[in-house]
Amino acid sequence: MSDKTAQPDLTRRRLLMAAPLVVAGGAGIAFWQMLSGMRQGSFDPHDIKAPALNRPVPDFTLPDQSPGQGFGAVDLRALKVPVLVNFFASWCIPCVAEMPQLNALKDRLPIWGIAYKDKPADAQGFVRRAGNPYARIASDLSGMTAIDWGVSGVPESFLIGPGGVIRWHSAAALDEATMHDILLPLAASLRT
Amino acid sequence: MTPELGNFALALACCLAAGQAVLPMVGAQRRDPRLMALAPALAIGQLLALLYSFACLVHSAIQDDFSVQNVAANSAVAKPLLYKITGVWGNHEGSVLLWALILGLCGGAVALFGRDLPSALRARVIAVLGGVSAGFQLFCLTTSNPFDRVWPAPMDGQGMNPLLQDPGLAFHPPILYTGYVGFAVPFAFAVAALIEGRVDASWGRWVRPWAVAAWCFLTCGIALGSWWSYYVLGWGGYWFWDPVENASLIPWLTGTALVHSAIVVEKREALKIWTVLLAIGTFSFSLSGTFLVRSGILNSVHAFANDPARGIFILGLLGLVIGGSLLLFAIRAPSLTAGGVFAPVSREGLLVLNNILLCSICAVVLTGTMYPPFMSLLFGKTISVGKPFFDATAAPMAIPLMVFMGLGPMMPWKRAQLWPVLRRLWWAGALTMVAFALMAWRVRDVLPLLAATCAVWVIASSIADIAERIRLFRIPVGASWQRARMLPRAALGAALAHAGVGVSVLGLAAMSQAQHRIVEVHVGQTEMLAGDAWTLTEVRAAPGPNYTALIATIEVRHDGQLVTVLHPAKRTFASQSQTTTEVAIHTNLMSDLYGVLGDRHENGGETTYVLRLHYNPLAPWMWLGGLIMALGGVLSLSDRRMRVGAPRRAATAGLVATS
Amino acid sequence: MKAAMRRLAFVLATVLTVAISLSPLAAVAVDDPSEMLPDAHQEARAQAIGSQLRCLVCQNESIEDSSAGLARDLRHVVREHVAKGESDRQIMDWMVGRYGNFIRLSPPLTAGTILLWVMPVLALLVGGLVAFLSFRRARGSGPAPLSDDERTRLTDLT
Repeated sequence: MSDKTAQPDLTRRRLLMAAPLVVAGGAGIAFWQMLSGMRQGSFDPHDIKAPALNRPVPDFTLPDQSPGQGFGAVDLRALKVPVLVNFFASWCIPCVAEMPQLNALKDRLPIWGIAYKDKPADAQGFVRRAGNPYARIASDLSGMTAIDWGVSGVPESFLIGPGGVIRWHSAAALDEATMHDILLPLAASLRT
Repeated sequence: MTPELGNFALALACCLAAGQAVLPMVGAQRRDPRLMALAPALAIGQLLALLYSFACLVHSAIQDDFSVQNVAANSAVAKPLLYKITGVWGNHEGSVLLWALILGLCGGAVALFGRDLPSALRARVIAVLGGVSAGFQLFCLTTSNPFDRVWPAPMDGQGMNPLLQDPGLAFHPPILYTGYVGFAVPFAFAVAALIEGRVDASWGRWVRPWAVAAWCFLTCGIALGSWWSYYVLGWGGYWFWDPVENASLIPWLTGTALVHSAIVVEKREALKIWTVLLAIGTFSFSLSGTFLVRSGILNSVHAFANDPARGIFILGLLGLVIGGSLLLFAIRAPSLTAGGVFAPVSREGLLVLNNILLCSICAVVLTGTMYPPFMSLLFGKTISVGKPFFDATAAPMAIPLMVFMGLGPMMPWKRAQLWPVLRRLWWAGALTMVAFALMAWRVRDVLPLLAATCAVWVIASSIADIAERIRLFRIPVGASWQRARMLPRAALGAALAHAGVGVSVLGLAAMSQAQHRIVEVHVGQTEMLAGDAWTLTEVRAAPGPNYTALIATIEVRHDGQLVTVLHPAKRTFASQSQTTTEVAIHTNLMSDLYGVLGDRHENGGETTYVLRLHYNPLAPWMWLGGLIMALGGVLSLSDRRMRVGAPRRAATAGLVATS
Repeated sequence: MKAAMRRLAFVLATVLTVAISLSPLAAVAVDDPSEMLPDAHQEARAQAIGSQLRCLVCQNESIEDSSAGLARDLRHVVREHVAKGESDRQIMDWMVGRYGNFIRLSPPLTAGTILLWVMPVLALLVGGLVAFLSFRRARGSGPAPLSDDERTRLTDLT
């Protein structure tokens, strides 16, 4: 291999030819971070991250969903203690899976349910069977309130701080770990 | 027993591939002819083992061996035989095996057809292919083994996604994969050339047929995929700019650039380093496209290997293949001899322009596809990049590309003048102007109008190119015919492929003028769309092999004359409680009448049906154009000079007589 | 993972199809014609706005092309707002206020998306620059370039 080009030119050439490697390497590192983040649960490319967080709850009033009493933004804003608002539906499979967690939670943090696009009779049966974790239940038959909250699917949970501000949001079914490590400490801090 | 044999054959193939990666490479370094001679034998041995392994999987699927996890998860007793076979590659594990098999076929093809290559180059090329093969077979064996057993074996399988139960989709993956994997051969040639430290005109000549062949398959694969989504999904759409589609478009764009830049290497010994980079890049994009899409990183509905362990393995493998080759490139490429000299206005100048435009489009598509996950990783913000973005950015860049596409083939090599070329294209230009005037009268949207005009220009100039070469109407027709027969097939192929692009773009532009209506009708009711009267005459239920169907009968009349009878249907699959719609399409090549049967409503005793009716002008041209492009590629492959490895100098000297 | 699971179930629940192929899959959007606005001009506007909005549960379609329940609701919202005479901008802001920029299929130009939007120009400029530099270098490099024959002999020697 003999170099036929002038020296400074060659250095520039070397830098130019290394550029693809640098770009690919950067992309590779980013992909690795994404994959390991996905594995640990810290990175979720499918998370919509709706902007409801740290905003007051949107205006709404919803009717009763038997066996609970309906509620609206006014009730949430009048609260002195944190409350978990949980959107659910009887036709949603992860909602069923979430119920034991909600039942375990209900004595430490009041849960208000909103039945999303569900026939009142179906929702009623579902809540009865699940052991009713909800202090109050409202019915969002049209699904329009859910849209105002930025809900993209059920179940979805929002932690409402005193004064009716959304403090925390989860677009997935609650599990034990999230409940103990994130939700309850946050709710406790909001209480004081 | 069969699955174990298949598994064993796969393991054997993996060992052979590992040997194929190491021994010929060592042989080429030491100039040991015996070690180098092992290359073709190992490649063919690996291919046979893979074929056997694949046959075992197909056998298990046909025999309904539900003790094989993969068959149990994707097949069922009631599934028709054809789909039992094609279902083998309709899932992650099976498709990885198919992928490995095609890579094995590529290695075998180089071993068989590469006899005229210098033995060291051939040994290195086969060794590189062996290395890639070994990696993917290891991936298949360790994380995605299609032969895994399940105990106890279920009585029946879980069946297959009904949408996949379709002949179009059955043959789409093998063709698309052949396109993706086919670019492994140019990649191997590039890596071998970097190891040898030598890229010359003959390298360009050797690599080009492989690139063209892979390009043909990829073109067909993309066209078939688009056609499939058009007739299966049922809303008249044909391209979503979904990450999966972009993943096939990106290597197609760089592959197209490669096919063109390799000509410059062959004819002018310029753009050598760039061509090597394109060869590496195209295969790298194919690999990343096929596998990163599956890792779940991209926000696509298609992620079907949502298993991070697989993702990490694949990333490591990609790092090895892509990172390794680019490292080699960074070390070796600077010392490759610089290219030949040419003027900007020349055939090669236009080919450079073609490469810049193609790669810029590729950069836009790549950036758009990858932006959301990067944005999420770096800034924690979620955004979407979809059809409106790509339509506004990538599509307009195709306009200048098409303008120059018309000029390119007429332009002489080395140093040219624009004026004589333009003068020879005057009537193509005039025709384009007339077409523009006619279309501008009716079409108001700027981009489709410009695209259609450029498409006419591309087709007309391709015809002008051939007419010029055979001196049509300037010498007697008989003499022109003689010239036509003597014309190099490569020139004909290029003109045909260019015309194919024009045909496709015309179809795409016309589709922007498509009309549709959604109507709710009762049996006997007539609705009008684009001058046709559509009448729903009957809706009946019919049983199928593993579904029940609701079939509608729609008569379409134009001025009272029956044009066609359409039978759109709706199928409900019991095993998966899913419904699919069977679109009914009537085509006369100039337009498609496209009917979809929707929901059924009961309004107080009266039953009504929702119908979606489409009038899609020139729709078939989109895929026809793809087919013409691929045919152009095949035609140029049949050129004597393109025949794999045939040394041209020797042939012209009359030393080798190729029949 | 969890979100993916939930979404999967949502998809099943709404009888959408979960994809396992390498080709685009989507739900079949055959809508109820009663959803559409009676005024053709307004309906066309609603469709234009809808095709800019992403169907949130099916990941890669606009709400106009999806039959998912949420997409249907959002289509309905768009039409309501169009009928009320709101501007495109107002409707878009309404959507972004609820779902963030994620819902826009064409992201707005912000500091973060600048690279995305300048990419077409940037790519052409970089490509043009590299080509220009190599043209200039090739032309300006020392003595007269080797002829084809000389070059062939040279490569044979080395």
